[in-house]
Amino acid sequence: MSKQKSASHEPFVRMSKRDGLPLWKSLGVRLIGLTLALIVCAVIIYALTKLNPLRVYAAMVKGAFGTNKRVWVTIRDIMMLLCIAVGLAPAFKMRFWNIGAEGQILVGGLAAAACMIYLGKSMPTIALLVVMFIFSMLAGGVWGTIPAIFKAKWNANETLFTLMMNYIAIQLTSFFVAKWENPFGSNTVGIINQMTKAGWFPTVFGQMYTLNVIIVMILAVLMYLYLRYSKQGYEIAVVGESENTARYAAINVRSVIIRTMAISGAICGIAGFIAVAGASHTISTSTAGGRGFTAIIVAWLAQFNTFIMVGISALLVFLQKGAIEIASQFDLNDFVSEMITGIILFFILGSEFFINYKIRFRGGKKEAGK
Amino acid sequence: MTQIISLIQAAVVFGTVILFGAVGEILAEKSGNLNLGVPGIMYLGGIAGLIASFLYEGNAANPLPGVAVAITLLAAFVAAMLGGLIYAVLTITLRANQNVTGLTLTIFGGGFANLFGGTLNKMAGGVGQISVALTSGAFRTTIPFLSGLGAVGKILFSYGFMAYLAVALAFLVSWFLNKTSVGLNLRSVGENPATADAAGISVTKYKYLATCIGAGISGLGGLYYTMDYIKGTWSTDGSIEKLGWLAVALVIFATWKPRRSIWGAYLFGALFWLFFYIPGLTRSSQEIFKMLPYVVTLFVLIMVALRRKREDQPPRSLGVAYFREER
Repeated sequence: MSKQKSASHEPFVRMSKRDGLPLWKSLGVRLIGLTLALIVCAVIIYALTKLNPLRVYAAMVKGAFGTNKRVWVTIRDIMMLLCIAVGLAPAFKMRFWNIGAEGQILVGGLAAAACMIYLGKSMPTIALLVVMFIFSMLAGGVWGTIPAIFKAKWNANETLFTLMMNYIAIQLTSFFVAKWENPFGSNTVGIINQMTKAGWFPTVFGQMYTLNVIIVMILAVLMYLYLRYSKQGYEIAVVGESENTARYAAINVRSVIIRTMAISGAICGIAGFIAVAGASHTISTSTAGGRGFTAIIVAWLAQFNTFIMVGISALLVFLQKGAIEIASQFDLNDFVSEMITGIILFFILGSEFFINYKIRFRGGKKEAGK
Repeated sequence: MTQIISLIQAAVVFGTVILFGAVGEILAEKSGNLNLGVPGIMYLGGIAGLIASFLYEGNAANPLPGVAVAITLLAAFVAAMLGGLIYAVLTITLRANQNVTGLTLTIFGGGFANLFGGTLNKMAGGVGQISVALTSGAFRTTIPFLSGLGAVGKILFSYGFMAYLAVALAFLVSWFLNKTSVGLNLRSVGENPATADAAGISVTKYKYLATCIGAGISGLGGLYYTMDYIKGTWSTDGSIEKLGWLAVALVIFATWKPRRSIWGAYLFGALFWLFFYIPGLTRSSQEIFKMLPYVVTLFVLIMVALRRKREDQPPRSLGVAYFREER
């Protein structure tokens, strides 16, 4: 060993940046990462349940797509996650670490729920939905703009600012839940307007969740076009790459930061609107349910391409649904889904390295990591 | 008077949980690693300690409190370090984004801990049935004579040993960062890794060690929570996650100074429990009061940004990965 070391001062492994990998190869690396993750999860599942992991994975598919209703619930949840990720994309592309989506969703949901409770009797459904949409958007937008102003003007750390805003939103939600609780003493709001269904998404083409899909898909396409083809989208990319370059190019960095976060927060607010009006018809502190954090990972892994986000959201929601199914079939608890999600994300994050870097071992001419 | 004493006691107990989390996180952040996985790491520490004591008390013929405490501490520290190791491998060696990796670690740690915590509850025969009375009792033993000294005894000496351990660790880390050459090296890695590298400091080694040991310390916060705060049980209500984020907030509140985080932690604790001691609050207005710790943190965050004092700023390369080839 020592002889070899003295013979050459080359380090054992060397890493260098790649120029770029053809799409099929980079997809291949990700696929290998995903496969490894599934193998690790299979080992853990086997250790816990002593069941054939393949049967467990089959149960997962059944859990997500087993019945028509399940398929639609899965689609609804995919759309929810996608909507938040679409909202986060511009902020993260600008390298603004908006980890406050949870709070932005909650205040959006609160605005929607408030409209349903106070205006539910006095407005026709379509008008009510429009009002709810606007107020949710505004609430989320304001919640996102506050940290942006402090970041733009005084360079306050946005990661921690948005994190604190989450908890303020959670307490605000608890406050309103206690205020609106129904029935008294239950400490939940219950299903809002259960009889009149005022402010609920109407069924379109015979499905409850069609409107969710339509709204989110429109947002996804618009965001794709906005980021890729608009002047503002270009400004976001420049600010994200380097604020100094942006300043040199006479881009008003402050106003770009504030404007982008207003958009980002507003879309997260819309996600809250969809969660309340289009899915749960109630509001609680778990309305966002950690999806604001998961969506960050979705947006980041997709490199802000909204179409890739659809695939990643689908994968994560499928895993969650599947894991909940295994949990109930094999007597584990639901948290198995979070653990599996975590493991898979670890592997996907790790595989990014092999896409961006080349590895060469000392002495050998072979390249690892393809 | 008794009310004030009991508020102080509640504040110290609450503060101890986040003090561990914050001191560990300060160590990691000083190396330039913004580890948002603190809640997950605290989860891992908590569950590992609980499982270890559960197994020890269940299997040992004649379990001894001292051994139980040692095993539990070790299990929690090692499990939390392993969590930190996952983060370190991904962000330092594989150069993944720090924020995304940290958030993933939080998701994983919460899932892992609650999965096994739930299973443990089931094995023990239901929620709240886990019996680690011996270990938990040992963790909650107070100093025999001093804790009986009236008000002073209650305020200063009525806690389990980990409350004092947390304070000692805060002083130790403060001394390490400011007074030892290794600590100065570590800070230089966090401020400007390229310069540190040029000076012959192994950036990778320092980052790995700081992150893993920091994670171990943070994990003790989870252990204190399970063993002392909720007296050796497990609940899957997500409270450790909330405390973990408060620990992250405390790091900012303390402006990356371990000693300042001590009173910061107790202040957070007092603010958190204040609603309980104010008469005439309705259930909804209590919730507004519970906002206080977060609002105060925001206020400090804004003040730090406004005043721009150099010694209050975060480590300069915080959150930025270091690639030697990209200088």
